[in-house]
Amino acid sequence: MKGDGGAGQFQGVTPWLQTAWDMRAAGNFIGGGTGTGLLFLAAIAALAGGGSPLLVVVGLIAVAGGLFSVFLEIGRPFRSLNTFLGGRRSWMTREAYVAMALFPLGLASLVWPAATPFLLLLVLPYIYCQARMLKEAKGIPAWREPAIIPLIMASALAEGAGLFALLTAILGRRLPPWALLLLLLALGLRAGVWLVYRRRLASGGAPTRVVPKLARFTPPFLFAGHAVPLFLLVVAAVLPSLLAPLAALAGVVVLLAGWAMKAFIITRIALNQGFAIPVTPVRGKRRKGVDAAGTAPGWHQ
Amino acid sequence: MTKWAIVADLRRCTGCQTCTAACRHANATLPGVQYRKVLDVEVGSYPEVQRVFVPVGCMHCDEPPCRDVCPTTATKKRADGIVTIDYDLCIGCGYCIVACPYQARYKVSKAEFAFGHNPTSSETQRYDKRLLGVAQKCTFCSDRVDEGLAQGLTPGVDPRATPACVNACIADALYFGNTDDAGSNVSQLLDGNKSFRMHEELGTGPNIHYLWDEES
Repeated sequence: MKGDGGAGQFQGVTPWLQTAWDMRAAGNFIGGGTGTGLLFLAAIAALAGGGSPLLVVVGLIAVAGGLFSVFLEIGRPFRSLNTFLGGRRSWMTREAYVAMALFPLGLASLVWPAATPFLLLLVLPYIYCQARMLKEAKGIPAWREPAIIPLIMASALAEGAGLFALLTAILGRRLPPWALLLLLLALGLRAGVWLVYRRRLASGGAPTRVVPKLARFTPPFLFAGHAVPLFLLVVAAVLPSLLAPLAALAGVVVLLAGWAMKAFIITRIALNQGFAIPVTPVRGKRRKGVDAAGTAPGWHQ
Repeated sequence: MTKWAIVADLRRCTGCQTCTAACRHANATLPGVQYRKVLDVEVGSYPEVQRVFVPVGCMHCDEPPCRDVCPTTATKKRADGIVTIDYDLCIGCGYCIVACPYQARYKVSKAEFAFGHNPTSSETQRYDKRLLGVAQKCTFCSDRVDEGLAQGLTPGVDPRATPACVNACIADALYFGNTDDAGSNVSQLLDGNKSFRMHEELGTGPNIHYLWDEES
């Protein structure tokens, strides 16, 4: 294909990196995850008596930014309302349905703060829809792996908790213990699920070219994105006077690690299925000793 | 009932790509877009190496993942099994492209022709703007099938009712027909030969069957 390349161009027998979804699509998962994660914590904060309109506004902006990002990717943006037609089967449509309820409720909570806790009813379905969107992409082994669902959800919680820590510091408030606990929990959960996800892909769940990419990404992701913020949070616990800046710094690191992970999953390890034949056709007379084994180029044989 | 399918005899395919050329001619696809491709696969290791030519394209799956993910319902499955795209409904989100495990779908955002920006007279006549920015793929030449049926012809038997790729095959390696009809050409081929379908473990129920040996 000349010109803009065109998504789906045939590149041979072995799996190749998909080009239909790029950073614009990744932006939807980044904004949607961070935004819903933050709204989740904003709702809990409201229940705990520490809510803030800023948390809700930033959360909604992040979700809207994600949706706008994917709007830039579609080929016929002026038809984007057609997205609402596929609710019977498509998780993309269901995500749009939830978004249509999320924004009015979020805006309403700015006027009536008592409505903020009800955001809990929508942020979990929203992030679940995003996770299922990837899971249902059967053509991309790294996305259809079932561990992608808890991974996307855990990262959303971690990103939201990280941003919550940052915004709490900006607001000059003290980070509540439950938020610190949630950040630690999400951090541990994301690291644990990542290890499971990585192991499954590396043990035959994805084309072989994915394996070295995972091997290169994992150490800095776990160290810089998890061990460093964990260290910062431990120091903050020992030195309470530094809690706010250290928790904010840890939050930023957790947030950026989540964004990097999603960009990596969408644009770096999204190799397609490729082609395979389970047997070799028999031409002429079958030769003794030569079995009819097939091949799956680009996969562990 | 009717379920249209293609049977490809891998023992006969020579990899000549005539089906690819015929498809491109029939559908006037832009450069780089190949609804029907023929893979050139190497099997085995030296000195026991074979080349296998495998025609691929949209498998018109029983459970098409492209249909299941489509947020607009532009991708549908007809009663006769053919998976279609409504180009006027599709928003070009590309979700179906990543959902298809057969790499059968394309999206072209900017038209480029065989000789660059300027189309030849033939390309000008046949260029379909509706396909820009939306998903496109093999249709099993549903227009030919439908028109043939309306004229009382039998798809897979009468060339005017048969997909262009099957008509063009010089090696008698491609067949088209109704697998729900036990007496059809494709059903008889499947009965008398060993066959497989690609990526069957994914549960898509693909409808291109590959013959690889005689039934013993």
